[in-house]
Amino acid sequence: MTRFQQLIAKNGARHRRHRRIVNGVMLSLTGLLTLMALVPLFWIIGYVIYRGAPVLNLNFFTQLARPIGMRGGGVLFAIEGTAVLAILACLFAIPPGVLAAFYAARNPNTPLGIALRFSTDVLAGVPSIVMGLFIYGLVVVPMKHFSGFAGGLALSILMLPTIIRTTEEMLKLVPHTLREGSLGLGAPEWKTNLSVVFPAALDGIITGFLLAIARATGETAPLLFTALGNERFDIGAIIQSGIQAHQSIFAVIGRIINQPIDSLPLTLWTYAMQPYQERIDQSWGVALVLMIFVLLIEIVARMWIEARKRALQG
Amino acid sequence: MKNTSVLKRNTWRERLNRSTRHGDIPWSLLVGAMAILVLVVVLAIAWMLWTESADARAKIGWDFFRPTLDATWNPAKDIYQAWPFIYGTLITSLVAIILAVPISIGIAVFLAELCPERLRLPLNWMIEMLAAIPSVVYGLWGIFVFLPVVVAPIGKFLAPLSSLPSFAGTLFTGPISEDGTSRLAAGLILTIMIIPTITAISRDVLLAIPDTQREAAMGLGSTRWEMIWQVLLPYGLSGILGAIILGLGRALGETMAVTMVMGNANEATGSLLKAGYTMASLLALQFKEAVTPLHTDAMIELGLTLFAITLILNLLARFLVWQVARRTPQEARA
Amino acid sequence: METKISVSKITAAEAISEIKVAVKNLSVYYGKFRALAEINIAIRSNKITAIIGPSGCGKSTLLRSFNRMNDLTPNARMDGEILLDGENINAPGVDVVDVRRRVGMVFQRPNPFPKSIYDNVAFGPRLYGIRRKSDLDEIVEKSLHQAALWDEVRDKLHQSGFSLSGGQQQRLCIARALAVEPEVILMDEPASALDPISTLRIEELMHDIVKNYTIIIVTHNMQQAARVSDYTAMMMIDDHRIGRLIEFNETQVIFTNPKDKRTEDYVTGRFG
Repeated sequence: MTRFQQLIAKNGARHRRHRRIVNGVMLSLTGLLTLMALVPLFWIIGYVIYRGAPVLNLNFFTQLARPIGMRGGGVLFAIEGTAVLAILACLFAIPPGVLAAFYAARNPNTPLGIALRFSTDVLAGVPSIVMGLFIYGLVVVPMKHFSGFAGGLALSILMLPTIIRTTEEMLKLVPHTLREGSLGLGAPEWKTNLSVVFPAALDGIITGFLLAIARATGETAPLLFTALGNERFDIGAIIQSGIQAHQSIFAVIGRIINQPIDSLPLTLWTYAMQPYQERIDQSWGVALVLMIFVLLIEIVARMWIEARKRALQG
Repeated sequence: MKNTSVLKRNTWRERLNRSTRHGDIPWSLLVGAMAILVLVVVLAIAWMLWTESADARAKIGWDFFRPTLDATWNPAKDIYQAWPFIYGTLITSLVAIILAVPISIGIAVFLAELCPERLRLPLNWMIEMLAAIPSVVYGLWGIFVFLPVVVAPIGKFLAPLSSLPSFAGTLFTGPISEDGTSRLAAGLILTIMIIPTITAISRDVLLAIPDTQREAAMGLGSTRWEMIWQVLLPYGLSGILGAIILGLGRALGETMAVTMVMGNANEATGSLLKAGYTMASLLALQFKEAVTPLHTDAMIELGLTLFAITLILNLLARFLVWQVARRTPQEARA
Repeated sequence: METKISVSKITAAEAISEIKVAVKNLSVYYGKFRALAEINIAIRSNKITAIIGPSGCGKSTLLRSFNRMNDLTPNARMDGEILLDGENINAPGVDVVDVRRRVGMVFQRPNPFPKSIYDNVAFGPRLYGIRRKSDLDEIVEKSLHQAALWDEVRDKLHQSGFSLSGGQQQRLCIARALAVEPEVILMDEPASALDPISTLRIEELMHDIVKNYTIIIVTHNMQQAARVSDYTAMMMIDDHRIGRLIEFNETQVIFTNPKDKRTEDYVTGRFG
């Protein structure tokens, strides 16, 4: 028997059993922790459905808020506001985001490329409420009033890093042969990018947009002092009065985005903090609508990505 | 006649094409400009926060950050000392990190190393769904469900710890309010909210470790856990540290859920069981109603502080994650 | 004795050394796919046995059966027996950890842990509960000596294992495997990622240590098999892409007077 065998024989069966037990306990623990993390997920989803579902009816989606104390009414103003904010945010974030992604995909190692990646990381890490402060100083103070425009801008900065990252990733996935094929035929770089590379990556890029929109739609903090909130926001009335006054479409749009505006999460927060039961009930309804919207986009986008990955793997 | 005009246009277009390399020069200028725009946005945020808080920095100075819990934040008298809010941010994030790190690493290990193939995708999705639920929904659920059902009993259970000596005791000075609003509540909600961040990155770090490391450990007779604990986790350590720091960054800046469950009172004690503010929750609640110009400036300085902290944390995290990425190919080359 | 069954095929060597590992009717499946079928082989103690054959013929799969590394592959399943000193390592009650201590492994690419040289070698002994510094020091020095690495690293035991050259890293991995005093050492193309000089050192090293161990090496390098091994197993896939052992004999016989036409084609380079 060698020295080594003596040494491990001394430790013997007890040590071996100890190792086996530690192994079993720790491995089961990781599974248990995973299950534990799922508890809040299902608890939240379940409870929001339980409290929110009874509130949802046609009026909830089609009517404006009633004054405090009156039952009924809906959150049409918040739905409209959310839509306006999301559209504005996309308009502000998508064009520069996609173009910057083209730069990032093509020049990852130039000084500007490195600075761009760094800026994207920083933007992704800045607390969303700080974005609100920034747009407050940039837009609200000079304009002297809160507006949907400011809110959309704040959300667009929030979306920017997601859009740049996912677009860049998708552009990089486009096979080189495709690029080279087009360049080889004598097409200039920009034409290759727009007519060959971009379309090939398009569905992935749109998935990125969807995820960015879902995240931005759920955000409240950057809207607190930009969009502010406005229970009386009513696109229908604005359009009607615009038609009566023979205003141009641009003037109408200007009026829509130039006043304080509400959004679903903003309404949820305002209602939940009010001491009126019917408002609190409605905030559960808003939570349900918001959650369904966000989770649905998330699931659809992920399934899309999965399918794409599987297609790429053959 | 017709011919010459075509010829003319062609030469004009040709010249344009040549001088712009068939449009490539404007294109690269355009994408370059957009890259610069992103850079400018970051600089503008920093510049805005810096200049708009100039008055506060000049008039209040370092007193703003003096670490004392009986600090004054009084807009009526224009006195602003921010320590209670900084403390609130730090203590809630600390609670969240302490609880979330072991849980997240455990989950990451399960997802990367142990999970049956069929369960992997759905479990990954579900964990990431936790990050997709909007902050206000967390807050609403927190107020009406999580606080009374979970936090208040935990608070009562922890209250006897106040007999611990010195600072540890003050952390648990109770009693917790009936509805459960407290710094502890914020810390626990944040725990749930940052689990997906830390889990996802740690999982990717583990998955990036070459299989040869696993084989080496198993070949020597490790149990699976010994392989994970003694080989994989040390191998991915800096990446996992990066994940933790990114999670910390999320916790520090999280606003709505924290604001809704923290009670928002300026308690002089540092107790976890008492209500408080974080920097972000103070901004959410007071910024719009600022009383004096200095009040606004002081709050923008809070924003600047948040920005600076998250900026530094992000730098650190990127550096750590980048280090892992650098080591992997080196090992493969050997 | 059960070992006699496979021994009977190799009469000449019978008297010289005893059987360390006997494989009986081994089949390995990945899911529904059968990777190996009906393998019968007897590995002799204190000898070097080479497994050769064209790529994809299941050499590595067979090698990895000897210490049950195939367990780590999802869906992998084994039929048949592998007898280590007469005991079936696939039997239900057998502790895999113990099998892997007795049957060590060196891999295709050097895979040191991102730890110091010392900690790399001490990793195995620590697993088995050896904690005393003096014991560990002794084991580390002895293992590094055996792996012919001691003189090169004695002054930098606490530097990272990654700081070594590729050939040194592979010898470090051998030292790491030797530190738990295995009885059998499996080598999966251990020199395929190395330069010729490092390869030569590994081969010399194998010769030096084989008096205390039993070595099984997978190689795609015919010259290497001829140079280092005492016995050679020739594998090939059949028409159903199932790996089979087609010939097993003393290396000299395999390379000079093979019985099977396919072996002859392969070793003379007319195949694959």
